[in-house]
Amino acid sequence: MAYSDQVIDHYENPRNVGKMNDKDNNVGTGMVGAPACGDVMRLQIQVSDEGVIEDAKFKTYGCGSAIASSSLVTEWVKGMTLDEAAELKNTKIAEELALPPVKIHCSVLAEDAIKAAVADYKEKQAK
Amino acid sequence: MDIKQNYFEFLGLPKSYQLDKQALSERTRELQKTLHPDKFAHLADHERRLSVQYTAYLNEAVATLKSPLNRAQYLLSLRGEDTYSESSVQLDPMFLMQQMELREAVEDMTDADDPDTAVEEMYAEVTEQKQKFQSEFQTLYDQADYPAAAMTVRKMQFIDKLERDIEALEDKLYD
Repeated sequence: MAYSDQVIDHYENPRNVGKMNDKDNNVGTGMVGAPACGDVMRLQIQVSDEGVIEDAKFKTYGCGSAIASSSLVTEWVKGMTLDEAAELKNTKIAEELALPPVKIHCSVLAEDAIKAAVADYKEKQAK
Repeated sequence: MDIKQNYFEFLGLPKSYQLDKQALSERTRELQKTLHPDKFAHLADHERRLSVQYTAYLNEAVATLKSPLNRAQYLLSLRGEDTYSESSVQLDPMFLMQQMELREAVEDMTDADDPDTAVEEMYAEVTEQKQKFQSEFQTLYDQADYPAAAMTVRKMQFIDKLERDIEALEDKLYD
């Protein structure tokens, strides 16, 4: 199956690969996985006191589309408020990366990951 | 014998996770004999086609039941629990974190001083986790807690992927 240029670009030059300290109070971590393909994705955000995402990092074990989806999300969410990030839709990701129907679930995974990261951050702040 | 029967019925085996391997291979041989193309050669096209269909069904049944993961998924599908689809599900973050670490460890194995030992240790980890989840599945399935059993199957799917990753890496190391 042919990958789009956008996917290949993110796959070959993934943005923001890395790890933040998930114990830090200003860091939210989203861990998600897709059992059917065995993909595992970690997406982390660093949030300012004003509730703006200052930095984002990811690590994904999965196919090119899963890597590209999470890479793209880390680029997009920088500068977003938590609410904006939580509203990110997988359809936008799929559209930007020109994902074929069989790879739509990869963009869903990335959406779930950013939602989980935001939820994790909010849960930490509530404590 | 009927392809409307499920794999267990088709093979005359009890519908359970515990598999009697000897009974499976005996029943397979019997059915193969019954379905042998020579026995259908003198019959009409319709019967010959049926024998091919039945043989395909038999092969599918045997392959599914032999694999501990596929057998678990199949049993759940008979109970209406779908573990085949790609749709995302809530998984235990601790489990996912552990999987992440294991994948990282596999990735690092190429640089290990002693890759042989690293590969061996990783396989030992995989075997241990497989056994753990298989017995967990057995317990939950026997208790008829199918949603919980489905969660265990999802974990088994990640271990399966981990194992395939190690195998791929091994190919790279020793080629």
